[in-house]
Amino acid sequence: MRYALLVQGPPYSRQAAHSALRFARALLARGHTLESVFFYHDGVYNAARLAAPPQDEPHLVDAWRALHDEHGTRLQVCIAAALRRGLLDEREASRHGKTGHSVEPPFELTGLGQLIDLGLGCDRLVTFSP
Amino acid sequence: MHDRDTQLGGDVLVILRHPPHGSSWLREGLDAALVAAAFGQAVSLLFMGDGVMALAGGQGQGPLGQKGTAPTLDMLAMYDIEALYLESGALSALGLNRDALQLPAQPLEAADIANLIAAHRLVLTF
Repeated sequence: MRYALLVQGPPYSRQAAHSALRFARALLARGHTLESVFFYHDGVYNAARLAAPPQDEPHLVDAWRALHDEHGTRLQVCIAAALRRGLLDEREASRHGKTGHSVEPPFELTGLGQLIDLGLGCDRLVTFSP
Repeated sequence: MHDRDTQLGGDVLVILRHPPHGSSWLREGLDAALVAAAFGQAVSLLFMGDGVMALAGGQGQGPLGQKGTAPTLDMLAMYDIEALYLESGALSALGLNRDALQLPAQPLEAADIANLIAAHRLVLTF
């Protein structure tokens, strides 16, 4: 089955993103496909490339990246929700005159239309919210 | 508008469960609904639980400098989002009167809500 996930919880202070990651690994282990993880609302913080949690704690940003590297899962981030929260890739940082960027590939800033496409195009869209 | 009493279906159902103030949930949920409609999908909205408060009339922006959601609700018709539903139990639990709502939304009992969810291809919950 072709899955997509909608993640709306931040990587540290809530459980939603952690549950989403475990669900992602479980469905891949069962032989399903995970097309994309779409980050919206506070879920966009999962794309913060500067996240530096203590070494003995889960590193969700790296875990999502590994999911992309190993399974080709797209990591899509709502651009409107991201910009409001200080999450900008190089292009947006330069467009807004910022000196640094906080989002990098494989995370991609994209529009909400992609979420609708995913929801209608995949067999299942599963939402994880705090 | 077709007969919504018997025709509950559509492409995308957006369920709104948060009140209009205190968080961005309602606003970001409405944004998703507007984008789906702009992409040509038939969109229905279901206001559940505290989300019913979004329909209470006469709301301002609040003191925090964020945009209120009342103007967005007024824009729904422009996006052809006219299938509006609310959880009838929540309306009475919150002490709200249907006549005082900003927009007309059809009250649904729990069993009808299950039918509504089943009658949409995609359900997004905020």
